[in-house]
Amino acid sequence: MTDFSESGEARRPRLDEKRSFGAGAAPKDSRGWSATAMVCALFIILAAWATFQAAGQHAAAFGLGGTVSSLLFWVPVFCAALLLWPAIKSVTRGQKARDAVAAHDLITARIETANALNYAHYTVGFAALFVVVIALAQFLMANNLAVSRTFLSVPLLDLSFPLILKAFWVNIYIFVVAEICVLVWGLIVAVARLIPGKTAAPIRAIATLYTDIFRGMPAIITIYLIGFGLPLSGLPILKDLSVETYAIIALTLTFGAYVAEVYRAGIESIHWSQVAAARSLGLTYMQTMRYVIVPQAVRRIVPPLLNDFIGLQKDTALVNVIGSIDAFNQAKILSSNYFNLSPVTVVAFLFVVITIPQARFVDRILEREQRRTRAG
Amino acid sequence: MAMIEIRNISKSYGTFQVFDGLSLEVEEHQVVCLIGASGCGKSTLLRCLNGLESIDSGEIRIHGDRVTGPGVDVNALRRDVGIVFQSYNLFPHMTVLENVTLAPCKVLGKPKAEATALAMPLLERIGLAHKANEYPDRLSGGQQQRVAIVRALAMNPMILLLDEITSALDPELVAEVLNIVRDLAADGMTMLLATHEMGFAREVSSKVCFLAGGKVHEEGPPEQIFGAPTQERTAAFLQRIVEAGRL
Repeated sequence: MTDFSESGEARRPRLDEKRSFGAGAAPKDSRGWSATAMVCALFIILAAWATFQAAGQHAAAFGLGGTVSSLLFWVPVFCAALLLWPAIKSVTRGQKARDAVAAHDLITARIETANALNYAHYTVGFAALFVVVIALAQFLMANNLAVSRTFLSVPLLDLSFPLILKAFWVNIYIFVVAEICVLVWGLIVAVARLIPGKTAAPIRAIATLYTDIFRGMPAIITIYLIGFGLPLSGLPILKDLSVETYAIIALTLTFGAYVAEVYRAGIESIHWSQVAAARSLGLTYMQTMRYVIVPQAVRRIVPPLLNDFIGLQKDTALVNVIGSIDAFNQAKILSSNYFNLSPVTVVAFLFVVITIPQARFVDRILEREQRRTRAG
Repeated sequence: MAMIEIRNISKSYGTFQVFDGLSLEVEEHQVVCLIGASGCGKSTLLRCLNGLESIDSGEIRIHGDRVTGPGVDVNALRRDVGIVFQSYNLFPHMTVLENVTLAPCKVLGKPKAEATALAMPLLERIGLAHKANEYPDRLSGGQQQRVAIVRALAMNPMILLLDEITSALDPELVAEVLNIVRDLAADGMTMLLATHEMGFAREVSSKVCFLAGGKVHEEGPPEQIFGAPTQERTAAFLQRIVEAGRL
């Protein structure tokens, strides 16, 4: 006992011993970053000046009026000029940091260096954003506005929008019905693939085969085969369905395979102890799935499920191959009539616009679910 | 005739032999504690008793009915033999009340109102009636384990199996769970416990079984097992428990 404490005493460093911490060194020099920030800011201001001066002139040539044209020039240039503020801050804070190092005030030096770097990073980040905006504006104005005229012809946008919006209801009808079918069908396939026991091996094999085939087959080919094949087959009922119904069948088969795999991953992610707990209470396998496992799995698979649904919504544009007058087909007709792609831009816009609220909606329900069941 | 008769059962996972001709009898209203080193098969034995695990040979009879082997209705067996797990395993997407009433509604076909009327007094009894509409994640470990016990009791089982139900709990929460088990023992519930709480085993059990080598190595009343074990291996095991300050 005494031995131990004595030897311990001897090894312990004495209090007056000199020790230095690595963290006590002077901060890195921030001048490189500050200079980069300054150069970026000046470059962006010049580029914005040149680009939006041209834009203003184009607008004036269109007869948009002096106020609009000058706003089109001054607003972007003013925003670009705002970059000077963090760039200058970065330089001045860097200077303060160097003064503090000279005065041996390491704490202030560190704080000011961190500030200088922060301001520099802001400048460079926003400069990158401006690069994108300027590049886009240049692209639209290139070749004397040829790009704008091809994709964004205002009179044509105006003319085609109501027609395409009306045709878009066909897409909406197809994907809403197909999504409901996919939810049910995918779950059936997933559960079939997971049935336990030797006797269910053929069922599992069928489900696996189905998934392998329809996940591998391009949706456009499935639509083509079903849309043209079933009417030709002469089968009762199946030969007389509408084009939209064929599209729904084809998309359900394709996306049912994807969604079945999503369900399966979700079901398998639930810990087996949940099955043990449910079965130990006397619930059958199917009851365990129905009341305990699938409800928990569904909560986990909502984000990947939304991915597949957005994929499905976009693939409704493929139904034009079997002659349905959906939004894309309508747009194609219009664009060949006017030899201009602006109607197709409208379709692209519509597809993007419908997915955004869905993504936010899913975020919301997941958040609400978290608040409800998790410890707060 | 004993209520539970385990006759000469064997089971192995690959090359690891869990049971090697294990036999054990439990009388009605008895509380039997299974003790032994980790991996000696305490939990597996309990899981075999309600059909969550199968055995390779031998048989288990409850009330004279064979409950192992092909053709046994495991769902019917589980209605009468409840089990509570070390990790509670409550259903996180259901409220406490839904957890407790799920099996009575779906397995016994009771109407929701009747199941609730039966569940509420049970929750009252464990002092958690006010948590009936909370989700399990908002409960402490001890509260969750008490709910898990009530969930098993709601099926009105003839036998209750408790699988190291306090092992995952913080020490200050152990007592609230053990008090419920004490109450159940006083009510005459037939119970099998796998446990590391030796003091508690000594207090509540009518019989203690020390499992080792795939068999019941030694069994007897708690005074004998904890006071004067006849087998060297039992004594060595208990000695280690004493050294760990757990007895």
